[in-house]
Amino acid sequence: MQSLILTTTTRLLAALLLMFSVYALLRGHNLPGGGFIGGLIGATAFILYTIATSEIEARRALRVGPSNIAVVGLGIAGLAGLSAGLAGEPFFTGQWLFLFAEDGGKGLPLSTVLVFDIGVYLAVFGGILTLVFALEEEI
Amino acid sequence: MSWLLVYPIVIPLMTAVLSYLFRNTPAGRWIAVAGTAALLLASLLLMADVLEHGVVVAQMSNWEAPFGITLAADLLGAVMVVITAITGMATVVYSLSDIPVRLERMGYYALLQILLMGVCGAFLTGDLFNLYVWFEVMLIASFGLLVLGGNREQLDGGIKYVMLNLVSTIMFLTGIGLLYGITGTLNMADLHLAVREVQNQGLLTTIAVMFMVAFGVKAALFPLFFWLPASYHTPPVAVSAIFAGLLTKVGVYSLIRCFTLIFDQDVGFTHTLLLWLAVITMVTGVLGAAAMNDFRRILSFHIISQIGYMVLGLAIFTPLGLMGAVFYLVHHIIVKANLFFVAGVAKRIGGSTDLSRLGGLYAHAPLLAFLFLIPAFSLAGFPPLSGFWAKYVVVKAALDLEMWIVAGISLVVGLLTIFSMTKIWGAAFWPAHPDGIKPRLSDLPMGDRLALMLPIICLAALTCIIGLFPEPFVQFAERSATQLLDPTEYITTVLGVQP
Repeated sequence: MQSLILTTTTRLLAALLLMFSVYALLRGHNLPGGGFIGGLIGATAFILYTIATSEIEARRALRVGPSNIAVVGLGIAGLAGLSAGLAGEPFFTGQWLFLFAEDGGKGLPLSTVLVFDIGVYLAVFGGILTLVFALEEEI
Repeated sequence: MSWLLVYPIVIPLMTAVLSYLFRNTPAGRWIAVAGTAALLLASLLLMADVLEHGVVVAQMSNWEAPFGITLAADLLGAVMVVITAITGMATVVYSLSDIPVRLERMGYYALLQILLMGVCGAFLTGDLFNLYVWFEVMLIASFGLLVLGGNREQLDGGIKYVMLNLVSTIMFLTGIGLLYGITGTLNMADLHLAVREVQNQGLLTTIAVMFMVAFGVKAALFPLFFWLPASYHTPPVAVSAIFAGLLTKVGVYSLIRCFTLIFDQDVGFTHTLLLWLAVITMVTGVLGAAAMNDFRRILSFHIISQIGYMVLGLAIFTPLGLMGAVFYLVHHIIVKANLFFVAGVAKRIGGSTDLSRLGGLYAHAPLLAFLFLIPAFSLAGFPPLSGFWAKYVVVKAALDLEMWIVAGISLVVGLLTIFSMTKIWGAAFWPAHPDGIKPRLSDLPMGDRLALMLPIICLAALTCIIGLFPEPFVQFAERSATQLLDPTEYITTVLGVQP
């Protein structure tokens, strides 16, 4: 079904949703949000696009196969856990880097926890889209 | 903290990721082979470490037990990981020939690695909720493997499998919730101490029975085994071999772990219940097998029957009984996976797994016939193969407690096992093929022959080695049983304090 209203709004909404999903991912460490919810929101953008156009169009827009994205996410999450080993600490211990930290302040805190969350984001994003595309497929 | 505990989980994960990304090229399957070899190496290192230092523990993310996720390996956990890696290796090599490229492109090897990760995780975790998570990982991966390729028969078996297993996990999760409600902890070592403080011991026994039902479904105990014969004969042979070898054993392992470490206050009730369930499981399994007429279906029913012996060893709850259970667990994984592999080769060269459509294997493929006899006789408990010692120890443990009926039944079940093995022999190996086919191994291309026969030969050799030189294995099982019955070392190492 082609609906002019839906296709037009989707163009705006999909971009907004993708941006918001990254926002939710990044604020997730201390506030509500994180990789899982971010991945879901990101997937929603493409689901909306699928409904407005077609599954084939959405696949083309995504460029990379969704299941590959999910698996790469799994790998990133695993590597984030392994990185603790380089510092000689147990598996999955968070490693922190405080960029531009001046006396007392934390500067810009970067951590392997965020890398893990990005892995989760990709895994959820890819996983959900794999399912949705499979269901939307026209045989 | 020992990284050795992390490798058996991380190696399959990373192998899965890589082999999935390269699934469209031959590289994918070779990555899987290399990854499984690495897993085997890692598991052997872990085993060496456990043998040398006793229980090994790792606290994830540096969170102290009982607050974080604990990985722990005692002798039982370590040997289960080793045997998982061995079965995984055999399956991956066998898959090189057994799995068509079409399934490979769908991510077969990645799913197989995820399954191995789930199984290793379940054997190594020291936390009940984490165990639940690994069960889910296994369930997802095994459902994927069951329906991969998706013909009607596979979907039928797959749906039954997943529905009954979901019921089991819900039961398990409810039990976990209740247990957490009354003790406030889910760390297994901590639970061992906490359940002694509980006022309401009746409720605890109820929870114990919930766990028994949950693991009973996983282990295919009577009367919860219906999913197993409904699904195990449908997927590719390599898949049903690894399922038959490993999946039900995770249930048995969890039963052994929980009913030695956590639920040992009301042994009179829980373990007697287990005892009779074990006996009925044995009998129904073997009778079911006698009624079947398909190679893989007969073998599926035999899994159930043999599960009875393992649980019987646990239910007897003496050092000798548990020793038998541990020994049986290891022996059975090797033997059962091997029998499925043989069934796969028979199907490949004979064209079917239906016994009435098979024949002539003895005349035209004597090597295969010989390699069938080793695990088949071992399963039935013929000396000097591994199954003889396993059965001997369990039956001896029953006799020591003067359980004449139980011992008698388990001997009769052994006899009936031989009956259905001779049934396979008498239909598939002995007479000429009904369609006049001459099932010769030499008709297979060299590469296929190697990939199919190598795992069978290695596993059969392992059965013979355990059978002919049982001394170190029996000693190992004995040490492991002592560790299970007196978990002081486990608890001290996990919690870092004297209980």
